[in-house]
Amino acid sequence: MAATPNAVQRLNTLAGDGVQRVYALAMNTLGLFMEPAQKLVGVRRMAYLFVLPNLLVFAIFILFPMLLNVYYAMTEGGNLYPQDRPFVGAANFERLYTCTDYGDPNTCLEDRFWRAARNTGVFVFFQVSGMVIISLITSMVLNRKIVARGFFRSVYFYPVLLSPVVVALIWKWILQRDGVLNAILVAVGLDPVNFMLDGTWAMTWVILVSIWAHMGFYTLILLAGLQSIPAELYDAGAIDGTSTMQAFRHITLPLLMPTMMVVLVLSLIRAVQMFDEVFVLTGGGPGSATMLMVQYIYMTGFGTQNPRFGMAAAASVTLGAVLLVATLLQLRVGRGSERHLA
Amino acid sequence: MFHRRSLATLFATLILGLLVGSAFAQVELRMTWYDDGAEGVVMRELLDRFEAANPDVTVVMDTVPYSSGILESLPLQLASGQGPDIARVTNLGGLSQYFLDLRPYLDDAAYWDTNFGPFLDWMRPAGSDAIPGFMTQLTVTGPYINATLFEQAGIAVPEGPTSWEEWAEVTRQVAEATGTPYAMVMDRTGHRLAGPAISQGAQFLDADGKPDIDDPGMRSMMQLMIDWHADGTMNPDVWIGSAGSYAAGNEFFVNAQVVLYMSGSWQIGQFTNLIGDAFDWVAVPNPCGPAACTGMPGGAGVVAIADTDHPAEVARVMEFLAQEENLAEFYGRTLFIPGHLGLAESGVNFVTDNPLAAAALTAFSQQVPQLHPIAYAMQAYPYNFVVFNSIRDRLTQVFVGELTLDQALERIQADIDEALREAGAN
Repeated sequence: MAATPNAVQRLNTLAGDGVQRVYALAMNTLGLFMEPAQKLVGVRRMAYLFVLPNLLVFAIFILFPMLLNVYYAMTEGGNLYPQDRPFVGAANFERLYTCTDYGDPNTCLEDRFWRAARNTGVFVFFQVSGMVIISLITSMVLNRKIVARGFFRSVYFYPVLLSPVVVALIWKWILQRDGVLNAILVAVGLDPVNFMLDGTWAMTWVILVSIWAHMGFYTLILLAGLQSIPAELYDAGAIDGTSTMQAFRHITLPLLMPTMMVVLVLSLIRAVQMFDEVFVLTGGGPGSATMLMVQYIYMTGFGTQNPRFGMAAAASVTLGAVLLVATLLQLRVGRGSERHLA
Repeated sequence: MFHRRSLATLFATLILGLLVGSAFAQVELRMTWYDDGAEGVVMRELLDRFEAANPDVTVVMDTVPYSSGILESLPLQLASGQGPDIARVTNLGGLSQYFLDLRPYLDDAAYWDTNFGPFLDWMRPAGSDAIPGFMTQLTVTGPYINATLFEQAGIAVPEGPTSWEEWAEVTRQVAEATGTPYAMVMDRTGHRLAGPAISQGAQFLDADGKPDIDDPGMRSMMQLMIDWHADGTMNPDVWIGSAGSYAAGNEFFVNAQVVLYMSGSWQIGQFTNLIGDAFDWVAVPNPCGPAACTGMPGGAGVVAIADTDHPAEVARVMEFLAQEENLAEFYGRTLFIPGHLGLAESGVNFVTDNPLAAAALTAFSQQVPQLHPIAYAMQAYPYNFVVFNSIRDRLTQVFVGELTLDQALERIQADIDEALREAGAN
């Protein structure tokens, strides 16, 4: 039987009363704690009280492990617990940085660290620059009124949804000796290539796969940046006879710069932290041709039967410091260009 | 009145329930396991029988991948005190500090000393009389060949002592004649390379028992590996294409992609299941070098973990599994060479109607007495994994041109010295 209008009104009133009562009860309960707290610390300091839970979580799960890692970097041995580990001061860092020629990893005591550092430099440079350029071009294309624009926007974003392990396995099947790509090469009369057994090819594919997997995310950010540029500026430029290239250089690029800086910082951090995709795709090989810094840290600390936690921690402290400096530099350059624009 | 009586009844029932519950309290033990073939099924059946006879104990098998689970994760779990109660491991000496001495809990420790004596030395610190576990298998490394490919090529399988160079040459001919992609493949581990290296004259340990790698024998074997990878004799997918850790070449042999596969006796069960009679797979004697014709001994053991909260129950499980009739069934059904001296002497009734498997078991068993003393010494050396891992990784760097052979040998020695220094073993 359908409810009459009066019954509906009564139900609404009852529901409204119920919500109000619950709200009042919640506020009164909260007041029991907040009022004495406010009296104790004062109104102005209440803000600190509100952020305290978050700060505690940050301290327990971020700050404390970071400090513990720095301590581990100054210890050695295979024991896991800090109290069982001999303190060696800066010995791990000293060993890590000892080279007779920094351009040649073979002259370094920890040659794998320097190989990983060099590989990470190459990877970051090509992956980040490639990612930004391709994402920018893609976002500009997707910003135009093209046929099936919604479909293409989804297609480019789809790989971002995939797990890095799935991405790596898909490409492994494509690139291996008897994989899809070689089958195509053979079908068109070319010789198959052992992509994963050649250092240059392996690094090239690692960079390309990584760009393919993550560009959708950065394209989306840049697309949002492009859409925030007022169309009137382009209209005014068109009236003044501005060419497409001039519009890109003098309108799009400057106004997109803040978004570009976000993309640059995020992609740089992600590229330096890259591990899972490369580890599954190449295992860091052939030899150590695609071993990146995070893999070196993992292999040194956890990937062997004789773990060297101290050395792994020293390498991760170094990586963190480099990343911090690079990010600060980028932000400084970004702010400089924003000021210039203003 | 009625209300009070009901409450009293309720409390009485609860207390009785708790008492009965605690009398039948289940102790759950966890066993970390890996499979070479399908031996986990046999182990599970034995554990089911144990549980039927011991209703207060259940054993959960956590089957993990060998490389990431046993070689990489388990040592960390053990170091953090978060390990299982029982585990199947191959790094017996390296992990021995985490093993439980079962001796105080065993009804008949003499049985263990008698039947597992020599192998117990592999899993306990030098000079200790601890009984940490028993061997699930004794292994011998050695090559298998695809005899069907030899037949198709019309080339005779070499007989009698044959050098590695001769095997390389003849398998190359077979591969060429049959269109097989590669002549040989070897598991990516220094352990598999050790037998051939000792045959070439490698000493591994100096007079004080410390690793000393750079000698003409080791150089000779490494140079052979370098040459075979350079000229395409050896399948590069395993050593070059699997950076970072252990990798097996069995997939290539099972799919008839190689003529010769250097691995070991533990593959017999898997080959029986996966290859069957699709082609004739034959275990051949270890090839020779100037110094010997040897493989490496080895094996896997089931060990009790010292951090367990239930050592007495763990000991009960271990005693049950180590009983002669249970081990006879386990070895017989898994086609593993017995690591139990009594059974090795009396013989195990291997459950297979595959003549290829039976022949392979015989071939590997016959090689046990021929293994070189250096091979046994290296197997017993507690830090052998440090030596083997470094050889594996540095030699791969030579294959891809990152190091020269001289640099690799220097790096191997430096890696070992540094690892021993950190472990306090210098």
